[in-house]
Amino acid sequence: MNTIEVEELSRNFGQLVAVDRVSFQVAEGEIFGFLGPNGAGKTTTINMLCTLLALSGGRAIVNGYDVVRQRSEVRHSIGLVFQEPALDEYLTAEQNLRFHAYAYNIPKELREKRIGKLLELVELSDRRKSKVRTFSGGMKRRLEIARGLLHNPRVLFLDEPTLGLDPQTRRLIWDYILALRKENNLTIFLTTHYMDEAENSDRISIIDHGRIIALDTPDKLKDALGGDVITLKAVDNNAAALELKERYPELSSGPSPVVQNGVITFSVPQGEKFLPKLMDSFQSHLLSIGIRRPTLDDVFLNLTGRAIRDEEAGFKEQMKGMVMRRGHGR
Amino acid sequence: MEEVFRGMWVVAYRELLRFVQERSRIFSSFAMPLLFLVIFGAGFNRIIGAMTPGVDYIQFMYPGIIAMTVLMSSVMSGLSIVWDREFGFLKEILVAPLGRSGIVLGKAAGSATVAVIQGIVMLVLAPFLGVSLSPLMVIELIPMLIIISLSLSGLGVLIASRMRSQQGFQIIVQIIIMPMMFLSGVFFPVNNVPTWMEVISKINPLTYGVDAIRQLFLGQAGNAIGVTVFGHTMTILQDVLVVVILGVVLLSIATWSFSKQE
Repeated sequence: MNTIEVEELSRNFGQLVAVDRVSFQVAEGEIFGFLGPNGAGKTTTINMLCTLLALSGGRAIVNGYDVVRQRSEVRHSIGLVFQEPALDEYLTAEQNLRFHAYAYNIPKELREKRIGKLLELVELSDRRKSKVRTFSGGMKRRLEIARGLLHNPRVLFLDEPTLGLDPQTRRLIWDYILALRKENNLTIFLTTHYMDEAENSDRISIIDHGRIIALDTPDKLKDALGGDVITLKAVDNNAAALELKERYPELSSGPSPVVQNGVITFSVPQGEKFLPKLMDSFQSHLLSIGIRRPTLDDVFLNLTGRAIRDEEAGFKEQMKGMVMRRGHGR
Repeated sequence: MEEVFRGMWVVAYRELLRFVQERSRIFSSFAMPLLFLVIFGAGFNRIIGAMTPGVDYIQFMYPGIIAMTVLMSSVMSGLSIVWDREFGFLKEILVAPLGRSGIVLGKAAGSATVAVIQGIVMLVLAPFLGVSLSPLMVIELIPMLIIISLSLSGLGVLIASRMRSQQGFQIIVQIIIMPMMFLSGVFFPVNNVPTWMEVISKINPLTYGVDAIRQLFLGQAGNAIGVTVFGHTMTILQDVLVVVILGVVLLSIATWSFSKQE
């Protein structure tokens, strides 16, 4: 049975089409990665699935309940960890969980037992009486995960669950998530910016401009790129990319050479055989050459024309880039 | 229906939990009314005293100050919604299986409870101001405070339902709440003022709340300086009725505005 079924789901904000006739299914017990650049429609989709936002068109069924007509049943059966922290910082960890238990009508005899068990799971038992505002970012996230699970949901929505956390904490949080999934056959709907985390997904869907442009297992998505990824750095990247396209027209049939972050990226079926050929006759002056197996970053770059990491770089970063480019101009 | 009641109770529960834990908030909500009472009381006693025959100016102002305390804490309930929206907690409430109208009523009920507690604490001042209190008066005052604060919370929630930032809310407080406070008859009787001011005062729901409490405290002398509408002096019951009607209207619009799914 599918936990989530989405058919032709759409949402407009005035003239803007944020989500455009999106369809997909998520099987029970699956970790479903939902990736896309900022503004691609990820959060809009999650908000519709969680009954926080009205649909403009289409249909969505979560745990067998319609998100429009059976809102209350949907809410009872889902757990959420939001992108932005959503805890009451002036209450203690325990009070936050208890509020949640009251709101979801968890019977008294189960309430304290579950709160204790979950606090133990996320290793916050010794801080249960501390105010949340004294917690670190990682502790808050852990508490939110515990809260999201308190009412035994069958599907957990994780919207950027590890954003802004250090690598160690990220690892720890993923350990919890994977353990939970194993234990309870929990379905997990995940959005993330971190490609190494997306690797944990059973299937990944990539959304851009409100449309799903790819949906498959991480391995198949990588295989679809065909072979190896070659990165070149030339004195003049644009000229070198042009030369590549002219010399190897077959490249443009696959993922065509893209200039990104000062390197040219493209893929070929057999990198180790392609490189010597390239070296023999390439005219542009090359500074460095790299060859590697494709990653999800490459998949994302190829499909959207942008590296997902760039999405995180804010305006400041971009400005800095511009100033630097100017400074080094000829 | 069950979800509406549960929404009401969990939201009110949290409101009270927060109130108990934030001692500074308890204190700060008294600071301003007390400041007005002391400074205006001393400064205007002789001047305005002439406009309020039969009552000392501080005695005149004191019931209004109690209403003002209620206004302050009711408006704060609106601010707490904006606060929750900014800090994300509102999402936790909105995605829970709770009725939207319950959430609004819970906010109002929570802040009404807080307002009543604060109003009663203000009674401690009565002996120092020469206002005589009887147990009956206190018993009558409690439902009055509940009604006033419920309807004013409706106003607070209504403003908050469309506000995205605390700054925005503060501006609204400046342009709506402050005039409401000054034009409610707390500081001077609104019967002998320029017509434009009288009109505004008399469509201000707080005016009737203030008048009801004042008449309760000052009895016959209070009725003599009570609010008149088209030449008719309002009785306590009529004042309360006006507040009830306004409260029902405000809370209904607030619920509607808050539940409209985006």
